[in-house]
Amino acid sequence: MSDSFGDISNSNFGAGAGAGGGLNANADLQDFVEKEQQRAQFSAQVHNFNDICWDKCVEKVGTKLDSRSETCLVNCVDRFIDVSLFITNRFAQLLQKSGGGM
Amino acid sequence: MDAAGTNKLTSAQKEELMDQVKQQMAIMSAQELLSKMTEKCFKKCVTKPGTSLDSSEQKCVAMCMDRFMDSFNLVSRSYSNRLLQERNKM
Repeated sequence: MSDSFGDISNSNFGAGAGAGGGLNANADLQDFVEKEQQRAQFSAQVHNFNDICWDKCVEKVGTKLDSRSETCLVNCVDRFIDVSLFITNRFAQLLQKSGGGM
Repeated sequence: MDAAGTNKLTSAQKEELMDQVKQQMAIMSAQELLSKMTEKCFKKCVTKPGTSLDSSEQKCVAMCMDRFMDSFNLVSRSYSNRLLQERNKM
């Protein structure tokens, strides 16, 4: 299960943790928190995608994921992001057209 | 914990703090995985709840767990690939 949390778990933070406090004693902590937040966001997003795409792509559970389900899962993630980007852009346009009167 | 307080942390204390945070995050992610897995595999494998969880249902649940992990890992990889692509576009 070590690989279940994605590629970001490889990123090495805390490398400077043993450096000890200089002037910027909290810089390493701030750095750490930022990275952990990113990791948490990524992880939450993966859970969300898997939730949606599992329902869409996996019909029957067998001894392995068949190639159709695999392709579907990969496409599902990409298309979901496309839809999210498309809607964000179009929504912004709609807002602009309405004269920013909101 | 306020900013002045963290200034007084020794590097060992900081490391302990970071380890705790990392551990908490891993636990939370595992809990999420567990609850989603239970939800999805119950839905897939127990279509008509009987008086016990029979062996075919157990087999289905075990297989479903493995496939769910496959799916999770594949989705995770796809998402991180897409993130890389988007970053290269900028």
